[in-house]
Parts: sequence; C-alpha cells; structure tokens
Amino acid sequence: MHRLPPFRYEAATSAASAVQLLAAHGPDALVVSGGTDLYANIKQRLFTPKVVVGLRPARDMHYLRFDQSRGLEIGALTTLARLAAEPVVCERYPALAEAAASISTPQLRTMGTIGGNVCLDTRCNYYNQNLDWRQALGYCMKKDGDICRVAPGSPKCVAVNSSDTAPVLQAYGARIRLLGRSGEREIDIADFFMDDGMRAWAKQADEIVTAIHLPVPAPNTVSAYRKLRLRNSFDFPIVGIAAVMQTDGGGRCTGARVVLNAVASKPLESPGAARALVGTKLEPDALDAAADAAYATGKPLDNTSGSIPYRKRMLRVFARRTLEACAAPR
Amino acid sequence: MTVAPEKILLRLHVNGSAVQCAAHPNKTLLEVLREDLNLTGTKHGCEMGHCGACTVLVDDEPVLSCLALAIEAQEHEIRTVEGLADGPKLHPVQQAFAECGAAQCGYCTPGFLMTAAALVERPGVPTNAVIRDAISGNLCRCTGYEKIIEAIALAARRMEEAATHA
Repeated sequence: MHRLPPFRYEAATSAASAVQLLAAHGPDALVVSGGTDLYANIKQRLFTPKVVVGLRPARDMHYLRFDQSRGLEIGALTTLARLAAEPVVCERYPALAEAAASISTPQLRTMGTIGGNVCLDTRCNYYNQNLDWRQALGYCMKKDGDICRVAPGSPKCVAVNSSDTAPVLQAYGARIRLLGRSGEREIDIADFFMDDGMRAWAKQADEIVTAIHLPVPAPNTVSAYRKLRLRNSFDFPIVGIAAVMQTDGGGRCTGARVVLNAVASKPLESPGAARALVGTKLEPDALDAAADAAYATGKPLDNTSGSIPYRKRMLRVFARRTLEACAAPR
Repeated sequence: MTVAPEKILLRLHVNGSAVQCAAHPNKTLLEVLREDLNLTGTKHGCEMGHCGACTVLVDDEPVLSCLALAIEAQEHEIRTVEGLADGPKLHPVQQAFAECGAAQCGYCTPGFLMTAAALVERPGVPTNAVIRDAISGNLCRCTGYEKIIEAIALAARRMEEAATHA
C-alpha cells in the first residue's frame, strides 16, 4: 500500500500566511496546492516533509479575471478544470484552454491548480519510481544519488518539464507573480523556468507563486497547443508544442513564438521556428519550414516513455499540427 | 527519531450526515473513509492517481480520494457509493449498470458510479462523446467500456424523462 509518511498539516489561510508558515518551518516544510502530483511523489518518498503547508484554504488565490486593458489574471489556486471551461480563456487564450483540458484526467483537473501545474516537479524514468526501485538501482542525482542515470556524464539533472500550461504561458508572454518574505515580485515566465531538472524554477525557498498574468492578445492573434502521450488520458506529455502568432489584417504573420515541451527541463523556445513563420502568409511551405526548425531545436533524451527517435520524429509532426491549427481559418 | 504527529479530530460531511473521527493528518480521504468510517465501498486501486477506482464526489465533482487529504475535505460535502441508493431504491446509474451488465469483476464500479452520477445529475442528456470524456479518468480492465457507456446513457435518459414528467 502506498501511504503518506507522517507529517503535520498547517493550513495557509492566505498567500501571506503561506509565506509565514514556510519561513517558520524552513526546509522541513513543503507547500502543496492541488496535491495531485506532490502526494503521489510523497508516497514514493521523493519528498519527506515534516510539515505540509496546505494552500487550498487560502481563498485570496482562487480567482480569474479579465480586463480589456490589463489582460487575464489567474490566481494560483484556479483549478485546471475552471481554466479549461472559462469562456474568456477559451475565446481569448484558446491554447491555454486546450492545454488545461489536455492535462491528465477530469478528476485530477478538478483538483489540480494552475500554480501547481507551473511548479510541476520535473519528471524522469529514473526518478518517478518507488523507493525500492530507486534503492535497487542506487538512486539518481535528483534524489539521494550522485549521477544522472540518463546521461551519466551530465553535470546536471536532465529530468523534463512536463507541465502542459508552462509552454503555452511562455508563448503568450505571461508574467508570474511571486510572494516571499522580502515582498512581491513579478517576472517574465520565461525567466522563471530554468534548464535544470533539480532547480527548475527561479524561485526562492520562501517564495510561493500567487498569480499568473497574461497580456491582452493583439488583434488577429492565433494560438494552439498539441501534445503527444501514450494514452490520450492520464499520461504526461512526451512531446508538446505551443504556438502563438500575430497576423496583420491580410493574414501575414507579424510575430510568432513556438515553444517545445517535454524535451528539456524547461519549456524550450524555438526562435528558428518563429523566424520561419514571420513575414509569411502561413502557407504550407512556411509551416513545413517552421516544423523543421522545431525539429532541429528539440533534442529528446531517454527519460520519458517512447524512444528517442520516435519522440524526435514526433516533434516535427506535432509542430506541423500545432501550426496548422493556428493557420486554419476560424 | 521523529515522533508521529498526534491524531486530530476530523469533522466531515459524508452522504448527508455529519460524522467525526480522530485520524492522523497524513491520512488520505480514501483511508479515512475506509478505515475510520467503515465506508469500504470506495476502493483502493493504484493509490497514485492512475486509475480512478477511489473516485468520490466532493461538492458534486468527481475527485480522487487517494490524493486528497481528509483534513482538507472537512468544509465540503462528500458523497460515496454508499450514499447513492435511497434505501432499497437504487440510483439510476446503479440500476442501469446492473441492467446493462456494465460491471464484471466490479472493482472499478464504485468509482465509475460516482463519476457517472455526477454526470447524469447535471441537466440534459450527455452525448456519447461527453460520456467518454467524463469517464476518461476511470480505468476498467474487464468490460471494454461499451456497456458502461450504454449504462450511463440509459441512466441519463431515464433521469431526463423523470425530470420532464415531474
């Protein structure tokens, strides 16, 4: 039986109270929102907190509001189910609604939150295993060991970012708001994600994510998210592609961001794919060129389901599908 | 050596009744339902969020009780498979599952019934696509799903008929 190890539970009644509790308990504490990923990881003894700081009671982070001038503000505890169903998200930020709707299962989307999803622990075949399995192998550097089992020569952990909302938020140019003992700050979400499987977020130990802010999309913005997974329910992505593009009135692409998922420890932007799109009318040739560039950007390692050559090939296929979904007349 | 934290008094609302029990704060809702409240209808499956066998309703939404802390369920209305029938009268999804042969070994059935109950209690008759999407978080290794989908559609039609004749 998978049981949670003993811990004390402290309810955070607000974002500020969560920060206070984290400061009071230091490294003994682990902050949990929906718990859909962390409780499973705690059951596998990937984390053994003495104190769990529960964010769910913090009502000041359950909100979602859109304003014509400010854009979309999403409280960190907004559930993925709400994000997928909210009319303003479906209309203005369709790729975000698609990404939220594609995460795991209906039950877990009801429980899981956007704040938890952007802080989803990086994943790896050698890490997301039970204690006996990891012990038998001699552990890996992400937990209790010294070397990376995927790339033994690598100085850093190569576990993959598996958050479906992360690449989409980056493609929309989102900003993320953090609250800590030294106050509140807001940074570009692209600077929040770091390419290190063991330190995947530019976040201090006493800081929590309180909100995500998306700018108002320019007129004629199109966007999409497509992902590959073994089963079309439950599974984490093994390849994901987010694209957000702006076009002028005549259908010519004036700006683009293409972000790859599940092939690095952070969402991986493909500037080459963006360059291949800007200035074109998104003709099939332009989409092919951009898909080729995305293919060149992504270098999957042997750390998720699916072989390396398969995931590599699927990068081009899924990039093409995502771009086609953007280019299709609505 | 670390000392296990003390038990705490939990006040839960389960199947319309207020109940209390003392449990450790690291216990999941699934463990408290089964071990402290003797509601063993909800099943332990994978306990990792991969199967849906432990699905219960929290405020009428299906959630996985294996990945929820009981302590966080206190302010909410919990429904389990024990709360579906009204005395000897089965809930429409239970009746339809029995008639359609939607259960074989039966282990996943309480989870499916709860997911299905949440769906059919909403107004309107769901399409097959909506039913498939709703049950995409519940695994069944026996039935092949077709009879489960038939049963949910049948229950939804009956509930809609009952609502229009009421």
